Amino acid sequence: MSETNTLAGPQRLLWRTAEVREVIDETPRVRSLFLSVTGWSCHRPGQHVDVRLTAEDGYQAQRSYSIASAPEAPQLAITVERIDDGEVSPYLTTEVRVGDRFEVRGPIGGYFVWTAALGGPLFLIAGGSGIAPLMAMLRYRAAVGSDVPALLLYSSRTFADIIYREELNQLAAASDGPSVVHTLTRQQPAGWTGPARRIDRDMLTEIGIAASAQPRVFVCGPTSLVEQTTQSLLALGHEANLIKTERFGPTGAPR
Amino acid sequence: MQDPPIARGFRGKRPPVANDRIPPGQHLTSDFPVLSAGPTPTTRLESWSLALQNGGALLGKWTWREFEGLPQTRVKVDIHCVTTWSKLDTNWQGVTIDTLLQAAGLSEPPRPYVMLHCDGGYTTNVPVEDLINGKAMIATHFEGKPLSPEHGGPARLLVPHLYFWKSAKWVRRLRFIPHDEPGFWESLGYHLYGDPWREQRYVGD
Amino acid sequence: MSPDESSLPAAPLDGNAVAGLLREVFIFDATSATLTCGGCGAIAQVGSARLYGGAMGAVLRCAHCDTAVLRIARTPMGLWLDMQGARSLMIAPNGAV
Repeated sequence: MSETNTLAGPQRLLWRTAEVREVIDETPRVRSLFLSVTGWSCHRPGQHVDVRLTAEDGYQAQRSYSIASAPEAPQLAITVERIDDGEVSPYLTTEVRVGDRFEVRGPIGGYFVWTAALGGPLFLIAGGSGIAPLMAMLRYRAAVGSDVPALLLYSSRTFADIIYREELNQLAAASDGPSVVHTLTRQQPAGWTGPARRIDRDMLTEIGIAASAQPRVFVCGPTSLVEQTTQSLLALGHEANLIKTERFGPTGAPR
Repeated sequence: MQDPPIARGFRGKRPPVANDRIPPGQHLTSDFPVLSAGPTPTTRLESWSLALQNGGALLGKWTWREFEGLPQTRVKVDIHCVTTWSKLDTNWQGVTIDTLLQAAGLSEPPRPYVMLHCDGGYTTNVPVEDLINGKAMIATHFEGKPLSPEHGGPARLLVPHLYFWKSAKWVRRLRFIPHDEPGFWESLGYHLYGDPWREQRYVGD
Repeated sequence: MSPDESSLPAAPLDGNAVAGLLREVFIFDATSATLTCGGCGAIAQVGSARLYGGAMGAVLRCAHCDTAVLRIARTPMGLWLDMQGARSLMIAPNGAV
């Protein structure tokens, strides 16, 4: 076989030690951890890592988290939402401190990835903590100076629950920045003029990128949001092969 | 290979329970986790039937109405999932396999093993010895209410002395077979028999 | 990304959620490989298949016909892989989509 036909890439994904360098509480339930990972190789926007925690007696628990940082960023960031009766998320969102160490494995996943070479327009749809991999895509887009038109439609319960709110404002304000539309499903602040319900077909028609523009669509969030949104997109004429989805599974609290 | 770094302060969720009703490696749960190998089937009661087969021969078949008319049995049992949760004192109602064999006019089972076939394609294998003499039933009610679809409704096998993956959800056919054969999980490395007290979780245990 | 609760209803995730496990079996990223379903012939990326099985193992099912196209269980002996439900898998050279 000629060289161009070989499957390039690392042979084995190893567990690597990650050290927490910074901790940021994004919302009352959501925290971002900034990690320095020994031997880390670059990731592509949308990929994730597996995180493994080992207790003193050797017990281990493992979960997957999307990488929220751009490949260009100096530290790897993951954004974790606290699930009240969860095993791992309460530890990562309340106990973990700067200097703590655990293992990560990655980058993983090539299916849910966007790079500028894929072109656009880019249509991102997020529910709750599903924003994380899409934020990696938007941060990357800004870092490389891409002018591919982009729209983020982001569903959150309340204003206080919007993750990366300030940074999204800044990204949107930049020239060639993405358009960002928030919908708040449970409670809206006084004077709110934006959408105030779950994402549905009408909202996608009014606010979204039309199917005729053939956008690359990425949908990420709780399973129910992903399924309903995908059905609506298909009904509006978007092609199945241009829609990529990542289901996070239902979260602890209803949306 | 190096030892993994210890995550300071991480304890995980393992309540240490010393209880002689809990098999080795298991822990007690108060909820009832749902685990499925596929989507929940939506078979309507009007189309539901349960069959006993031996080779090509149909030994017995019941519609839902006929099945409900069979003698019912209530049991309170402990159940143990291979994923390590155990649930004590669960209440079930259904038709025992003994009753089914009797209703089909069988004085004894025709073969030593059974393969269970379910809506959605799930299968699991159980020795006949582990299904008779009150050891198993086709259950239709859990805690006094009709079994919900996500937990196997309208009817599932209940064979509580084996790991709970053997208590096949959405069961539709019991096929007698001459030799033990691996079902859905058994063909992917899970133990052919599955005794929780001997911790027979996987092939080789 | 992974559900952290103990008693979730069995809502399926997708192939992305086991990308790490697949990476232990395949040396390439399997989620972007294209799979032809042995049940209905549908062609789709592994990442878009519906994932069931929870803690027992990964059962990836065709989004069109629910045929189990790929199953993996981790046991003390090793990883068991069953791909009887898949007719073929196409892996593009690294970097191609």
